[in-house]
Amino acid sequence: MTTSTLDPTAPRLQSSRGAAWRAYRALTARDLYVLGRNLPVLLLQVGLQPLLFTFAFAYVMPSIGSGLGGATSFSTILLPGLIASTLTLQSIMSVTGPLAAELGPGREITDRALAPLPIWALGLQKITSSAIFGLVSSLVVVPIVWLVHAPGAAPQVQVGNWPLLVVTLVLSALLASTLGLLLGTAIDASAFGALLGLLLAAATMLGCVYYPWTALDSIGWVQVLTLANPLVYMSEGLRANLTPATGHMPTWAYLTVLTLGTAALGYLALRRFTRRVRT
Amino acid sequence: MKTAPALHHQPVTLTDTATAIRTEGLRKVYQRGQDSLVALEGLDLTVDKGEFFGLLGTNGAGKSTTIGMLTTLVTPTAGSAWVAGHEVSADPVGVKSRIGVVSQANTLDRALTVLDNLAFRGRYFGMSASAARRRALELLEQLALADKASAKAHHLSGGQARRVMIGRALMHLPEVLFLDEPTAGVDPQAREDLWQIIGSLHEGGQTVVLTTHYLDEAEALCQRLAVIDHGHLLACDTPEAIKATSGAQTVITVRYDAAAEPVADAVRRIPGGPHVVIVDGPNIQVRTTRPDGVLGHLLREGGAAGLTVRDAATTPPSLQTAFLTLTGRDYQP
Repeated sequence: MTTSTLDPTAPRLQSSRGAAWRAYRALTARDLYVLGRNLPVLLLQVGLQPLLFTFAFAYVMPSIGSGLGGATSFSTILLPGLIASTLTLQSIMSVTGPLAAELGPGREITDRALAPLPIWALGLQKITSSAIFGLVSSLVVVPIVWLVHAPGAAPQVQVGNWPLLVVTLVLSALLASTLGLLLGTAIDASAFGALLGLLLAAATMLGCVYYPWTALDSIGWVQVLTLANPLVYMSEGLRANLTPATGHMPTWAYLTVLTLGTAALGYLALRRFTRRVRT
Repeated sequence: MKTAPALHHQPVTLTDTATAIRTEGLRKVYQRGQDSLVALEGLDLTVDKGEFFGLLGTNGAGKSTTIGMLTTLVTPTAGSAWVAGHEVSADPVGVKSRIGVVSQANTLDRALTVLDNLAFRGRYFGMSASAARRRALELLEQLALADKASAKAHHLSGGQARRVMIGRALMHLPEVLFLDEPTAGVDPQAREDLWQIIGSLHEGGQTVVLTTHYLDEAEALCQRLAVIDHGHLLACDTPEAIKATSGAQTVITVRYDAAAEPVADAVRRIPGGPHVVIVDGPNIQVRTTRPDGVLGHLLREGGAAGLTVRDAATTPPSLQTAFLTLTGRDYQP
């Protein structure tokens, strides 16, 4: 066998200090090279977050300023909004995080998939597990919003229908977890971190967390746009059940979307999950 | 490794036939856009209860696809397979309840300790928490892993992880144990230990199906072998029968100090042929079922042509030469 010899020119010998400096520069060059390759996408990601923030706080909030009603404290607006956004964030993360590892290179999912139940039931179990976790996490929000506020600005809570509140919470948790399973199975694990941050920022800013949906009357196009956001129905559902005085979406509307949304996305997510696990 | 008591209680027999696995025309085609790849082409197999059965082939031969279909994680494109009396597509839950699987990749639950990996597996299969914990401790003891019980799963060496996965697969007393390349990537000592463990499981009555690309492993462990190549079943029999019936050849290789071409013609005329003669630079290889005297001829003819012998080797009929005969190419795992 003939062996081709590599070019014998070695880098010239250098002092240790010189070597360290060159290595430092080369490592920086490597980082800039990698960053530069993804520059357009990166800048888009960087820009979208401040855009969403300024849109929510510098455009939407001033536009609807009067719609909030002078007597309503901001903590009253925030309570259902923050419960809904925490519920969404935690439910989604608690499915997608482990799922990225399980579907990754080692395919740890094989371990769970060998348990004696159908694969779709394994997916459903992931949804219900993370819904439970999301619900528990959302309870943490209550004492925080209750206690942290300016003097006299406590949230004004009024629960008229406990069973409906529980149903709304459970449906919201299920919808968020279902979204998590769909995202976790549809998106490549490596792209996940960046995309998730973006999605959650978009969801929160346009999710009626910081303002009630009914207050968007004065900017009709935003009011229509937000209807595409599942978080809106969770925020509004909780608003209807916790702080009805702030104004909220009709009960039939949020219940219908939460129920049908969970069913439709659940079907898609479980189908997708089954295809990822069984080849 | 100290000798442990039998790892396995008598397997729970839920079906009363003597057959553990049967496949009929089992076929798998992977579709990627326009391209389709035939991973397995119409496999017909029967594995008896208590048998140690091996699937032997190079990487990409279709072994893992076969195991995947038998363990319900790969959907067959066509054909049927019954494992422990249940059809894999019609009743995957029935199959999964009765099999233990040690996959090639480390699929231990990284969020759990070694003990909890086993204990939770028991609970997935309906054991009570206390019974699962008891059985897990017992298995870890027998697998010489008791000191690793509270270690996190990702802190284990390759061989230890494989042993834990075997323990985990045994938690619910499976009727059939599947081992996909159980010794790939582990060090020689760990390999010895694993062979001993797997061997003792089989002695205890466990039906074992193992895939391997190691010829020595297949020969040392398996009672019967299915040789698979490019999705086709080439042979299915005991290792001895495969060697005998495939007309496995003895391979005689001689390396001269210069080009072997001048010798080739004379060697092709060696009495007792026909022999296959392959010349590659200074190397000459003769593949024959009647090896007597061939080496002597190679030495004499070389001398007559003024060549000096640098090296000579004779490989007796083995699974390696059987593979060569079956496929026409060298076995390169």
